[in-house]
Amino acid sequence: MAKNPEHRDLFPGAMEIMILQSLRLKPMHGYALVKHIKQVSENMLQVEEGSLYPALQRMLKEGLLEAQPGVSAKGRPTRIYRLTAAGTRHLENEVVSFERMFAGFTRVLAAAKA
Amino acid sequence: MSWFSRLFSRNRRYDDISVSIQEHIDERADELMEEGMSRERAERAARREFGNVTVLRERSREVWQWQRIESVVVDLKHVFRRLRRSPGFAITVVLTLAIGIGANTAVFSVLNSVLLRPLPYPEPQQLVSLHLNAPGAPGLAEFRNELRLSASMYFTFTTHNRTFQSVGVWGPGTASITGLAQPEQVNTAQISSGVLETLNVPAFTGQWLTTADQDSHGLGRVMLSYGYWQRRFGGDPGVVGRTISVNSQPRVIAGVMPRGFKVVNYDFDLLVPMALDPVKEMLAGFAYHGIGRLRPGVAIPQANADVASLINVWMDSWSNGPGTNPHWYVNWKITPALEPLKATVVGGIQTVLWVVMGMIGVVMLIACTNVANLLLVRADARQQELAVRSALGAGRWRIARELLLESLTLGLLGGAAGVAVAYGGLHVLTAIGPVNLPRLSEISLDGRSVAFTVILSVCSGLFFGAIPVLRYVPSREKVALLGAMRSSSANRDRQRGRNLLVMTQVAMALVLLIGAVLMIRTFEAMRNVDPGFSGPQSLQVMRLSIPETLVGDSTTVVRIQNSVLDKLAAVPGVSSVGFAASVPMSGAEPAWDEIQIEGKNDANENAPMRLYNFVSPGYFRTAGTRLVAGRDFTWSEMYGVRPIGIMSEGLARELWGSPRAAIGKRFREFAGAPWHEVVGVVQDVRENGVDQVSPATVYWPLLIMDDSSAPQKLGVWRTVYFALRSNRAGTQTFINEMQQAVWSVNSNLPVADVSTMQDIYSDSMARTSFTLVMLAIAATMALALGILGIYGVISYAVSQRTREIGIRMALGANKNGLVWMFVRSALVLTVVGTAVGLGAAAALVRLMRTLLFGVSPLDPVTFIVVPVVLVVAAALASYLPARRTTAVNPVEALRAE
Repeated sequence: MAKNPEHRDLFPGAMEIMILQSLRLKPMHGYALVKHIKQVSENMLQVEEGSLYPALQRMLKEGLLEAQPGVSAKGRPTRIYRLTAAGTRHLENEVVSFERMFAGFTRVLAAAKA
Repeated sequence: MSWFSRLFSRNRRYDDISVSIQEHIDERADELMEEGMSRERAERAARREFGNVTVLRERSREVWQWQRIESVVVDLKHVFRRLRRSPGFAITVVLTLAIGIGANTAVFSVLNSVLLRPLPYPEPQQLVSLHLNAPGAPGLAEFRNELRLSASMYFTFTTHNRTFQSVGVWGPGTASITGLAQPEQVNTAQISSGVLETLNVPAFTGQWLTTADQDSHGLGRVMLSYGYWQRRFGGDPGVVGRTISVNSQPRVIAGVMPRGFKVVNYDFDLLVPMALDPVKEMLAGFAYHGIGRLRPGVAIPQANADVASLINVWMDSWSNGPGTNPHWYVNWKITPALEPLKATVVGGIQTVLWVVMGMIGVVMLIACTNVANLLLVRADARQQELAVRSALGAGRWRIARELLLESLTLGLLGGAAGVAVAYGGLHVLTAIGPVNLPRLSEISLDGRSVAFTVILSVCSGLFFGAIPVLRYVPSREKVALLGAMRSSSANRDRQRGRNLLVMTQVAMALVLLIGAVLMIRTFEAMRNVDPGFSGPQSLQVMRLSIPETLVGDSTTVVRIQNSVLDKLAAVPGVSSVGFAASVPMSGAEPAWDEIQIEGKNDANENAPMRLYNFVSPGYFRTAGTRLVAGRDFTWSEMYGVRPIGIMSEGLARELWGSPRAAIGKRFREFAGAPWHEVVGVVQDVRENGVDQVSPATVYWPLLIMDDSSAPQKLGVWRTVYFALRSNRAGTQTFINEMQQAVWSVNSNLPVADVSTMQDIYSDSMARTSFTLVMLAIAATMALALGILGIYGVISYAVSQRTREIGIRMALGANKNGLVWMFVRSALVLTVVGTAVGLGAAAALVRLMRTLLFGVSPLDPVTFIVVPVVLVVAAALASYLPARRTTAVNPVEALRAE
């Protein structure tokens, strides 16, 4: 019941990166984001609504995103999230460090197999 | 601004979140409908998939909040709402705490102002009092714990020391001021050069006295205290440079000292420079208090070593006249025991204050225990609610936080009210406070007191809040059981917690009661001491000085004193009058010196010191001091300068074995002086207070041969205390008539220190009565709270066990037996608490040993009576609620649940 609000899927920061990367392609509203990640990952990754909205607010607060009033595909009022310059920088840094981490991770796995 | 705009932008963020979430759900519903669901089902499914909208919205919003604080604010709102719903409980708790915290804050403020705050002089840590011990000076060492300084010591110390920035000596005195209004006797501080430099407080206006004012003819300038300047000169700034008549001598006013300035702890009207003549000073004349300011970085042990070496320099440099051995004082074993000036100012009050603080602290503990008990009962009632909340997922910490928040709120409310109580209490205390409480005028609530209150409030809140938290906050495993918590075993478990609290209370109350009763016994013992005078309430005392500058001739002085006495005797309602150089407990000590006894080997170099007093005929009769043997002086003997004397009983026994044997024996002041014959022996007088030993005293006649080489020069005592026996003592009309009587003899004679002997007597017991009153208040509060605690626990037990009582009654239990069952359980608690308390008291009363007089710390009467009283009180307190069991109707009781 009492879910840790800091809890994220996969590993810490993974969801943030996915959100930032998705928004880099184009600004989106919440539901579109969920669908986008689901489609791109071919249903392998599912962003939970329970984590998405708090995460969006956190990133808004950190200045990585900005929110603007807009309309959804169905014409309903909603908020469109857009990456800021700071968000782009943050994403690039994160991606670099993720890649480094993955490289290390892969090596360890390879060594374990050998 | 950022906070304000953030608060606004926050509301916009909240809207954003709601809009986004709403759209999300709608869009999902649309999608599901496209898949063929009905609108209703699609909406429901979308909502279910999304999860708890409220929680999510909350969690998203929390990002923008000072999360912890805001949820605490919400909790706080709940706390206040709940307290408002049970005002009886809230008021009881807040009042209990207000009194407890208030009393503690008040006592702490006194402690802080008197003991903790630095003295009001610049760099007070450098100030020391030049305390000397003389364990080898017999007679003196028993009655005074120090040897004062002589003027020659001052000269030696100030010239040759290596560790002081400055050194000075001072002594209290009086002077007659004439020519301003009515002749007035004022308190003077006689100071040597170096005193003002040591204390280092600049003059308010004008200048300090200088070494040049230390004129050997006593004509140097004087300084005024701020108070005297306001009182007599209306704060006139032009007063500097004016001349006033001090003891009939013209003296120029050099300046005014600032408000609140005291010489150590002495509140003076006039600063008078000492008339010192470095050529004529002798070794002896140990009359002054010494103070010094250490050089930076010098510690007291170094200064002690310095002074110790100066004592030798002193003996090498000065003498007591030709034919005397200056190194004779080696016998006195004079050793420096310098202490921080603050220790001198604070004096013996330190123990009293710490004991009172400790006692009041215990009262606070008892009050907290009572509050904890109330909170336990309250939490008991909320037990179901807490269980439900816990089952619904409220965390343990969350529930604990709420309970603690409630007790913290109560603690802080109590603290706030407590500050008001303390503020009022301190005003009362400074208004009626014991005269001999040092630094009384400095007492105030300052930042440190307020910080103390806040800490105390928070700590007590946490303390009495922690008890219900520990008992009631359910662990996860227990949650399921909570529904069935109404079993009697759980109740008994909780009852045990309350019982423990009550036992603690009884133990603490017992300790306080024993402390208070010991003080009462001390007071009693002091009242039972024969002080050496009788009927103090009908004994009027006043002081009269005839300065040498006004009347030079000794015999004339005695004639004036005699005619004042005659005039006073003629005042209506006066039955007898006498006078003496000192009356008991006035603090005036005419002189200490040795005497030689005829026919005894006076080779003894280190003869004991005796207290000298000078008395008029009729003084002993007036004061009510009993003649044990022989007779009083007569006036014709006074004027005839007959070499006679009277001795105190203790001294007569010491010298000749019995008072009767002393009559007719002879003694003298020093070799070559005329022999004085003992004509009477009077009972011992408690010169320094009833709890102090009576000094061996020699009473000389008013006129004595001063110097054998010049028999025409007579010694006389110029400052004397008149004692009048009258039923009118203490009334204003009587005092006015006394003043008129004195002025009818000489209109330049001021009357000073008018009081009844009762005032002087009470002042000497002020420390004891202050401690007594404080402890009595503390103990009464403790007893009341303890009794209340027992009452509460028993009545709660009765209400909880109504069902059981009903069953017992239905089964035919005897009503008296049921009452006894409850009283017995209270008595068990009391007896166990008493036993623990007795042990604690036996250990703790040792701390107040110095406050006791004539009673052992383990006084058997106290240690038997107090427990008995406590047990009886507990029996009563439990009987009242227990009696309610007899009103229980078994049928209703069984139906109750």
